Amino acid sequence: MKLTLKIWRQKSAQTKGAFESYQVDANEHMSFLEMLDVLNEGLVEKRQEPVAFEHDCREGICGTCNLVINGRPHGPLPGTTTCQLHMRHFKEGETIVIEPYRAQAFPVIKDLVVDRSPLDRIIQSGGFISVNTGQAPDGNAIPIEKDVASRAFDAAACIGCGACVAACPNGSAMLFTSAKVSHLALLPQGEVEHNRRVVSMVHQMDKEGFGMCSNIKACEVECPKEISVTNIARMNRQYFSAMIGSDEK
Amino acid sequence: MKLDAKIPAGSLEDKWRKYRSTVNLVAPNNKRRIEVIVVGTGLAGASAAASLGELGYHVKAFTFHDSPRRAHSIAAQGGINAAKNYSNDGDSVYRLFYDTVKGGDYRSREANVYRLAEVSVDIIDQCVAQGVPFAREYGGLLENRSFGGVQVSRTFYARGQTGQQLLIGAYQSLSRQISLGTVEMFNRHEMLDLVLIDGKARGIIARNLVTGKLERHAAHAVILATGGYGNVYYLSTNAMNCNVTAAWRAVQRGAMMANPCFTQIHPTCIPVSGAYQSKLTLMSESLRNDGRVWVPKKKEDVEGIRQGTLSPVDIKEEDRDYYLERRYPAFGNLVPRDVASRAAKQVCDDGFGVNKSGLAVYLDFASAIERYGKSQAHQQGLDSSDKNLVRKLGEKVVEQKYGNLFEMYEKITGTNPYKSPMMIYPAVHYTMGGLWVDYNLETNVPGLFALGECNFSDHGANRLGASALMQGLADGYFVIPYTIGPFLSGEIRTPAIKTDAPEFEEAENATRARLEKLMSIGGSRSVESFHRELGLIMWDYCGMSRNAEGLNTARQKIRALREEYWKDVFVPGSMDDYNPELEKAARVADFMELGELMIVDALNRNESCGGHFREEYQTPEGEALRDDANYTYVSVWDWKGDADPQLYKEELKFENIELKTRSYK
Repeated sequence: MKLTLKIWRQKSAQTKGAFESYQVDANEHMSFLEMLDVLNEGLVEKRQEPVAFEHDCREGICGTCNLVINGRPHGPLPGTTTCQLHMRHFKEGETIVIEPYRAQAFPVIKDLVVDRSPLDRIIQSGGFISVNTGQAPDGNAIPIEKDVASRAFDAAACIGCGACVAACPNGSAMLFTSAKVSHLALLPQGEVEHNRRVVSMVHQMDKEGFGMCSNIKACEVECPKEISVTNIARMNRQYFSAMIGSDEK
Repeated sequence: MKLDAKIPAGSLEDKWRKYRSTVNLVAPNNKRRIEVIVVGTGLAGASAAASLGELGYHVKAFTFHDSPRRAHSIAAQGGINAAKNYSNDGDSVYRLFYDTVKGGDYRSREANVYRLAEVSVDIIDQCVAQGVPFAREYGGLLENRSFGGVQVSRTFYARGQTGQQLLIGAYQSLSRQISLGTVEMFNRHEMLDLVLIDGKARGIIARNLVTGKLERHAAHAVILATGGYGNVYYLSTNAMNCNVTAAWRAVQRGAMMANPCFTQIHPTCIPVSGAYQSKLTLMSESLRNDGRVWVPKKKEDVEGIRQGTLSPVDIKEEDRDYYLERRYPAFGNLVPRDVASRAAKQVCDDGFGVNKSGLAVYLDFASAIERYGKSQAHQQGLDSSDKNLVRKLGEKVVEQKYGNLFEMYEKITGTNPYKSPMMIYPAVHYTMGGLWVDYNLETNVPGLFALGECNFSDHGANRLGASALMQGLADGYFVIPYTIGPFLSGEIRTPAIKTDAPEFEEAENATRARLEKLMSIGGSRSVESFHRELGLIMWDYCGMSRNAEGLNTARQKIRALREEYWKDVFVPGSMDDYNPELEKAARVADFMELGELMIVDALNRNESCGGHFREEYQTPEGEALRDDANYTYVSVWDWKGDADPQLYKEELKFENIELKTRSYK
């Protein structure tokens, strides 16, 4: 299948970027990233610089790949990362627009590669349970209801790809942050420090320059792991209750 | 040079307990002044960095990813073993130890494996405390399942995403230490050289992948937790960026590789679909619990399928060859990975492969769907002779068990595995070989340690399912915090290592020269094309089965390819910039050398064991033939560049286990 690609090229965060058009010959069994490999190999053959994009596991689990494809983070399929998207979902002769994530908190490094380190710093601000190695009681010491464990898992399934931020017109990281807050707060092990955690993580999120949430819910639609916006409601509730009972001003 | 594995004296059960109580420690006031570099942030690296940070050392952690959470440990699906015996089915530390040594075809070190089995129970506790959402029973307690041919249920799991959840647990612990300032995190930094001062590992040269700048980082000790080298085959289930460079740079500085030819080929992966293919995707071993593996008995049926005139569901039951059930009646479809992979290769080599390339077999769930469907109909009091109803009910059960895997299969191949059997073929998955380490996980270079898949120590010639996660976390959480003591307790008077030492200068210059060389060749071929060619040589001659003649041919081919590489590769872009092509070029250059060493190792080992199958050494029925009299040793190689590598042998002593022929008939 012959395709036209309009790809965002940008040398670095300091320089201006622009779209450039390319022709590529793909086949329907290729994954989207393999199609870009083919494009890049062709560019290298022509002694041009290939398009920089991030990817690693190509199994939909590491969260490295991103890309905004025809205006949608990770492309048109629900619950699918870019690496798991295959070319059979595109049509012969189609023009595909490929951009990096666009969010104030994610500056472009090069072409389609952005800096998502603010997400790491949100986790560092409290997205953990404070337990040192060796301190743990027996794994079966705390029974956890199957449904509760399952809901915690649903939140923990977040791969940290940042699609929620890219999908949000406000560039908000509420879905990402609330998924971690929910994962840990739902479990008895995480309950002990949940007030401190939610306050600290929300403040870090604001500090990183992410926008506010205005309940548009595009994040949930685009999330490749289908994380629910219920987590945002849960985080808001916990945040308010923690703030009311807190000395912090 | 004499290799000393430093195995503590005493009975197997006492070794680790006594060692922990008597090992030299570093006092808290001294720990603050001691710096440790950890390269890699997968299960082994993240857990080591976090645990050492908690102890008070000043840790510098490095990853080439944009975040420590991306490491390929994340992709492990099935589970993690632990000798908890929660299932009350007779499991014990000894049984896990025994299964691991036997599964590894008696080519691993008893003392290390026993310690691994001992600490396995602590790992589960630690992970639960961190909030890892393991599968649970209705009573709220942890659930287990069975895995890979063992006779107990000792595998803990978190849906099909166990690796992801364990890694996030370790990443969160690491993040906590980063916030406390005990761990300094360097994302997007790739280690390109190891720095030795007075024979001890004292730092690394790392390239900042965003700016291209080479940086010097010093420490009292260096830990490598940089994973396996399966990508030497180009196509593997490894992530695209997995590489051997950190370990191979250490080899260039004198560290030795052990058993490099021991590679695990996983039997159930989605087959190659075309020349453009970048990687292969694993379908979890758990599928073999319910899936039956077969090919058609008749060549004309094979032809029909390949040409698309026949569909697998058209082939009658009596015209199917369920070859694993036929050859291994005792274990059937659940034989270990090495055995299942070889059997698939044999039927395909005989011309029974079921896709266009002839390299695929069927993994069929039809009988499981029927069995589960009938049982459901019976339970619900419905008509179990209604075929459509039974099918519907059965598909539902299969969906509950393997839904995410079936979905992934359909996304990739575009065919629905509920209606038509999956097509699978073996693919490179894990490397049992790695840097040689002693009981302390220290390489032959003082102060250089290797953890997780990066070292060779625990899996012998074949790794059992759900044991990679166990080893990574054991090494990082529970072994290295103790075993780094003997080295660091001798360093408490050593002041902070300075990066202006001439050794750093030399290493940085050598690294720059190497990268400049790659940039300046300006040849006609892409890095990718060389990597693909290297992969094919490795797969054809040093893959699922090997023979002396082929290995000799492959060695010549690789040498020629390497020569061509340094004359004709083209790397676009600049050194002083974000340049993924240059990263790849440096990694492929290292794979070219490692590949040769793997071949030399495979040539040396005149026996078949585990994942290493030499065609000359097999029984009349085509089973692996081990040679315990001559090869019960670890092959430890000193790489000498263009000269022949030198072999050292670490004899393996089995004092607690009797060596037997593995039989799955």
